[in-house]
Amino acid sequence: MFLINCPYCGERDQSEFSCGGEAHIVRPKQPTELSDNQWAEYLFMRKNIKGVQFERWNHAHGCRKWFNMVRDTSNDKIHAVYKMGEKPPVE
Amino acid sequence: MKNKYSIFSLIKNAFSQHENWKQAWGDPEPKREYEAIIIGGGGHGLATAYYLAKKHNMRNIAVLEKGWIGGGNTGRNTTIIRSNYLWDASAGLYDHALKIWENLSQELNYNIMFSQRGVMNLAHNLQDVRDLKRRTHANRLNGIDAVWLNTNQVKEFCPIINTSPDIRYPVLGGTLQRRAGTARHDAVAWGYARGADEMGVDIIQNCEVKGIKRNGDQVEGVETSKGFIKTKKIGVVAAGHSSVIANMAGLKLPLESKPLQALVSEPVKPIIDTVVMSNAVHAYVSQSDKGELVIGAGTDAYISYTQRGSHDVVEGTLKAILELYPIFSRMKMLRQWGGIVDICPDASPIISKTNIKGLYFNCGWGTGGFKATPGSGDFFAHTIANDEPHKLNAAFNLNRFVSGDLVDEHGAAAVAH
Repeated sequence: MFLINCPYCGERDQSEFSCGGEAHIVRPKQPTELSDNQWAEYLFMRKNIKGVQFERWNHAHGCRKWFNMVRDTSNDKIHAVYKMGEKPPVE
Repeated sequence: MKNKYSIFSLIKNAFSQHENWKQAWGDPEPKREYEAIIIGGGGHGLATAYYLAKKHNMRNIAVLEKGWIGGGNTGRNTTIIRSNYLWDASAGLYDHALKIWENLSQELNYNIMFSQRGVMNLAHNLQDVRDLKRRTHANRLNGIDAVWLNTNQVKEFCPIINTSPDIRYPVLGGTLQRRAGTARHDAVAWGYARGADEMGVDIIQNCEVKGIKRNGDQVEGVETSKGFIKTKKIGVVAAGHSSVIANMAGLKLPLESKPLQALVSEPVKPIIDTVVMSNAVHAYVSQSDKGELVIGAGTDAYISYTQRGSHDVVEGTLKAILELYPIFSRMKMLRQWGGIVDICPDASPIISKTNIKGLYFNCGWGTGGFKATPGSGDFFAHTIANDEPHKLNAAFNLNRFVSGDLVDEHGAAAVAH
């Protein structure tokens, strides 16, 4: 449990948000042309990183907007929050 | 068996104030090479080593544990054992485990305190009633004992449940598996460790795996905090940290790791002699032999390796507990903790070979791995020894996420995952 600085609403309790998992997984443009292996990779396989991870969050009980977050999953420390479409921070 | 535990050894040792008991397992330094290495010294890992040695005669093996054995999820779960799963594949897996549980204390010569006190699953709405009745029928077709209880029968079986129709989620009935129950979780790890050690397995604690060495698509060994160890077969049983090990081997798994919480109350006199689980309100409770209420809460809805868990999750569970059991309203909670569980998209485990030769994974047990410990170890040992799955764990392969042949226990397995 932690505070999240929503880029639209400011700092709110984590329980207002829902996590959409790993960020920057791009939906394939032509799913019908993928092999089963490639489709499984897109659909199911995850890095599930212990450490700094890029992930999507939704302010479900607030503005209901999606945004991205950089969080260390080993201590729940948030390093950066950025809007959808913005470039992920390098460090 | 050397040092067999019995009433006579107990009396004999009483004369020396119990100060001369021999160590139950050794503390060896790792050898340079093993026939197989198991990563993870929890219940599943130790059981795997035990069955590799016992059934497949592989004695030159080691279990590597980064902390102390049984210190992860084996020591953090709510010790519930049941096999009332919906799908045939799951029924085969979990009931195989339950059958081993029934004789495990005898087999290991170690009292794991297995208690078949029954597990009751409550229904709180019409859909619950339909789902649970369907599951009861499926269980019985698979030879697993299950009965449907109406509200009065629920009250009769566990009188402290509030069955008033006026509560927010009234009890509309429930299912009961009488063969289900609980066991002492630490004793399971210790019993398997002692049994494996006796057959020559090296149990190496405080030995963290740092890397997996590959030569092309064949494993060659593991880098550890105690140096490099050569081996041709690696069985990974690292629960919440399975993805961490997979990443070392350049592999991705369909897993997400999340903290799952549990808590215990102050000890009181016997008040609840069974295990009651509720899917809809996500609360389950039993009472330990020490008298503490053992309460299982839910997972956090985001990936985390913090072994803590959020307060609002516990709060939600306790609200449900208090509505169902008003008698507990003035009890104090003593301890709360979290364990990191690795959850598969279909809420079923993976006991499988991988594309890398000699690398095997036993993971994805999510929120309910303890109950399967003996069966998981048995089948994983079979898979490692023969490089082929047993017919009862064949469905739990990694390839199911490619083929689409999932074992979808999500919401079907009698408790929310």
